[in-house]
Amino acid sequence: MGGIYALIAVGLSLQYGVGRVLNVSHGEFIMLGAFATWTLYTVFGISPLISLVICGPVLFVVGFMIHRTLFQYLRGASESVGAFADSSLLASFGLLFIIQNVALLIWKADIRGYSYLESSVSIHGAMFAANRLVALLFAVAISLAFYFFLTRTRLGKAIRAAAEDPATAQVMGVNIHRVLAICFGLGALMAGFAGVLISMMYEMQPNMGLEYTIIAIIVVVLGGLGSITGSLIGGFILGLIGSIVTHFDAGLSLIAYYVIFILLLLIKPTGLFGK
Amino acid sequence: MSIVSVIHKRAFTLGLLFLGLILLATIPLYIPPYPVISLTSIIMYTIITVSWAIFSGPTRYISLASAAFFGVGVYTSAMLGEVFPLPVVIACGGLVSFILALFIGLLTLRLRGMYFIIFTFGVSELIRHFLLWWETNFTGTVGRWVVAADHTTVYYGMVVIFVVLLLTAYLIRRSKYGLALRSIGEYEEAAVHIGINVTVSKTITFAISAFFMGAAGAIMATRWTYIDPSIAFNPLFSFMPVLMAIFGGVGHLYGPILGAALFAYLEEILITKFPYYYMLLFGTILIVVILFLPSGLVGLIGKWRKGGPEG
Repeated sequence: MGGIYALIAVGLSLQYGVGRVLNVSHGEFIMLGAFATWTLYTVFGISPLISLVICGPVLFVVGFMIHRTLFQYLRGASESVGAFADSSLLASFGLLFIIQNVALLIWKADIRGYSYLESSVSIHGAMFAANRLVALLFAVAISLAFYFFLTRTRLGKAIRAAAEDPATAQVMGVNIHRVLAICFGLGALMAGFAGVLISMMYEMQPNMGLEYTIIAIIVVVLGGLGSITGSLIGGFILGLIGSIVTHFDAGLSLIAYYVIFILLLLIKPTGLFGK
Repeated sequence: MSIVSVIHKRAFTLGLLFLGLILLATIPLYIPPYPVISLTSIIMYTIITVSWAIFSGPTRYISLASAAFFGVGVYTSAMLGEVFPLPVVIACGGLVSFILALFIGLLTLRLRGMYFIIFTFGVSELIRHFLLWWETNFTGTVGRWVVAADHTTVYYGMVVIFVVLLLTAYLIRRSKYGLALRSIGEYEEAAVHIGINVTVSKTITFAISAFFMGAAGAIMATRWTYIDPSIAFNPLFSFMPVLMAIFGGVGHLYGPILGAALFAYLEEILITKFPYYYMLLFGTILIVVILFLPSGLVGLIGKWRKGGPEG
């Protein structure tokens, strides 16, 4: 689970850390990814691993367009960064309601699921479900690929510059609107990937998004708001804690997350790797 | 504006208010029960929204803990409903929320902006999940029954809370204290420097706003008769007031009232028949308002009245 948490959190971290949009509809993109995969698999028989390649880019474009229209306008209209953070938070609540209810209209409120790679694999005597292993593998691969994209490419550099100081980045010749929209799109892409991977292991419902959003927010705070590496590591840490708590009492895992979250906010709100 | 017209305007507003109150008080006498029940939930939303706006309006701290205070009221009512008469139960519901808010307020003093928003949300969700876990593991049953009250009693209870709330909100806005809150919203450091006790002002106002939410929850529980953590602490109770208040406009006292009344009315009509379309519409209106009406409906009315852009 840690790998998926990391994916989700990195997506949100891109949107918040760079774009200052605390996107509470993040989980809805995960839900969209999961349901698209379900539809592709059950109706057209397309393997979830292939829909990874389909859902990701589609959601990227959706995210990109949303930022270009909605959030760019809000950014221009807000007088300060703080005011923009507040109004974009509320706007993303609006998005949450819209996406969730469109999904409810399309897919109805039933719980869905499909089975894919249900067989178990044994590694050194320990048994693992094949779909979980594949999901973990992909989550790690995507995270690594993304990490290299961020540190080794020109666009990655521009994103990091924009996260550091948008105004200065703009002066240095970064097309800030384009970079921010790309970040938002990438966030949606990550959410989509996570959704596809989640759909391989768990059942889904159109209102499942908020839970993942909350986990993502907790992870992002844990890793330090704005620190993308922090979110990666935070995701794995929370996933680990989640597994340990679930081992004792499955009902307690969400409570444990909230307790960690609240203590963290009180003691060290800048997170583990915050500036 | 001349003095005469100011007095005139005030007399007019007061008259309108009085008329509104009489209407609210006598409504159950001449309309059938079902609309009265609908009206009760409209007033309930208005109470939550206005009390949210008491704190978050002037200070610009967006709180997402309304569900926590409301839910605590509901649960207090469920536990004490058999022991005490209704007015005591309502007061207790309010008081417990008040104390919880004092506690949260003291904890969150260092948090600002985004951290405050997510913290309040976290607290409210923590309580919900904890209760759910507690009920499944220790009491053995999820949810409980509440002693029911008949719908006119519930209605009058709501109206009384609403009137007291309006008075409180009005007095806070008018007082030195309200001014202090607004200066915190404008620039907190400056407020500290001119000698405002920021900590006390924020915490007390937060607690007062929680009191009314708790009271509304306590009385609403008697109408629902069956409650469980997912009903009482529904996160929608946290989101709705924010959206309703912003839709109406937080700058004025009547903004949140207008926004909440309109939205709650819409909900009453739509939610049973087309729940998904209602929420869809809700999201769309929210985005449109944020984009084009930053000061809400009240801002729009102000603009239209003055005929100028400065509204």
